[in-house]
This record gives sequence, C-alpha cells and structure tokens, in this order.
Amino acid sequence: MIDLSLLFALTGSVPNLYYAAPLVVVISLVYGATRHEHPAEIIKHSLRSIIWVVGFMAVIMAVIWVAGVMI
Amino acid sequence: MSEIVYPQEQGEPVVVNLGNPYVAAVLAWLIPGAGHFYQLRFAKGLLFMLCVLVTYFVGLGLGHGRVVYASNRPNDFRWQYPLFQIHCGAVALPALVQAYKTKDGDDPYFVLCERYPAKYSEADLSLKRIEEDNKPAVMPKNTLKDGFMAPPPGIADPAHQDVLARWHFDYKHFFEMGTLYTMIAGVLNLLAVYDAFCGPAILTADQRERLESKKKGQDQI
Repeated sequence: MIDLSLLFALTGSVPNLYYAAPLVVVISLVYGATRHEHPAEIIKHSLRSIIWVVGFMAVIMAVIWVAGVMI
Repeated sequence: MSEIVYPQEQGEPVVVNLGNPYVAAVLAWLIPGAGHFYQLRFAKGLLFMLCVLVTYFVGLGLGHGRVVYASNRPNDFRWQYPLFQIHCGAVALPALVQAYKTKDGDDPYFVLCERYPAKYSEADLSLKRIEEDNKPAVMPKNTLKDGFMAPPPGIADPAHQDVLARWHFDYKHFFEMGTLYTMIAGVLNLLAVYDAFCGPAILTADQRERLESKKKGQDQI
C-alpha cells in the first residue's frame, strides 16, 4: 500500500506556497521584459515562464514524494 | 544617443533608442523603471517599477520594516543587503543612513519599539518589549530601540537571546519571507538596469536560425 503521508505533508504546506505565486509572476514578467520590447510578446513569454516554473516545482515535489515512498 | 535595430523575420524591425546608456543605467538603478522613462520606454518602465517596488515593499512589510538593514558587526554580517537588497536603489538606501547613525550606539531614526534591559547579555535576562498597554511601572533608563531599516540594537551574541533572535522569534517565517522578497526585488532591478543599458536580449533572425540548426543537429545525434 502506498504511503500518502509524505504527500499530505508536502501539500499540507500549500498555504506557504502562496508566497511563491507573486514571486513567480514578477520574476516571469521581468525576465520576459528583458527578452522582448513589445508588451504582447512580454506577456506571452511570461506565461510560458510561469508554466515552466510551476511545472518544475511540481516535478521536484513529485520527485521528493517518490523518494519518500521508496525509502 | 545609441539606437539598436533588431531585424525581425516578419514585420517591422524592433527599434530601441537607449539614449545615453550610462545615464539610463544609473537612473534605473536609483529608481526602478526611471531609466526606461528616460529612454521614453514607458510601458517597460512602468512594468519594472511596479514589479520591483511592489515586491520590495511587500517584503519590507512582511518583515515589519526590519528585514532591510546594513550591518557588518561581529556575528551579524547582513550579506543580503550589499549583495541583493541594495540594488533596489534609493528605497534601500535609508538602511545605510541608519547603519551610520547607530554605529556608535546612538538611537536610530524612526523608532519602531523599545526593549529592556539594555544589558541583557550580562544579566542573561530575556528582552522585554515595551508596549503601549504593557508599560513597566518604572521606565528603564536605557532601552534598546528597534529602528525602521536599522540594524538590531545591542550586541549580537549567539549565546544569548539578542534582538535579532527576538525578531526571528516574533515574526517567524515572515522575517525570512520578507528577506527573500526584498532580495529578489534587488535582483529584478539588476535585470532592469541591464535592459536599460544594453536593450532587450531579443534574438535576431540569424541567431534564431543558428539555435534551431544547433537543436536539429543535436536531435540527429
């Protein structure tokens, strides 16, 4: 049987992840702005960056969970 | 006046007028977004200004006005300030004024609260904060005063409960989050300075083609 306690422990700190949301948005916007000049392109680039960062965080969380289950 | 033209595969080339890049960079460092306003790039200037200043002030608020301070004392070298926070520009400079004011033990400007006993490490007593509704019967002669953007008063001693330890205890994760937010605001402003000095790092058609051919080569391998 899969032990979900680590997953609950990880997701239990979700309110703390709220602090990351504005940071992800501003970092993506500023990074996008250093790569483009037109607002539409900046926003497009920022949205791609947000998806990439959130996906990366999700993968790290999944790796920690899998490692916790295996150990 | 320097002007950069980025040729595009389709449509008009992107033209960026940097004005005097050195003036723009100094302005951008001093006031986030000001370098872009000087270059008449208002949309990007506003974006940088909002992103950097909102992040900075949210961080400062989370840390109750104490997370941005300059200190080079034994046991309290605040490396976050010279490496990151100072790059927010003028809004981070009051920390230098406060550090200069308090370096010989003087009280800071803009006192946020007072604590006693001042010689807590000698008596090994824990610090008490003087509140409006919790004033001691006899006001202590010497108190330690927390100042807005000032270093923690009193000596920094890891063996005792110093003021910095009280800040961490009182504000818990908000102190760390405030520090992180203000550090990130500084890094973001460095990116804005780069953009004001060099222009955006837009890929030209040639560079894009080279990257794509490189990618294709890797795929084939």
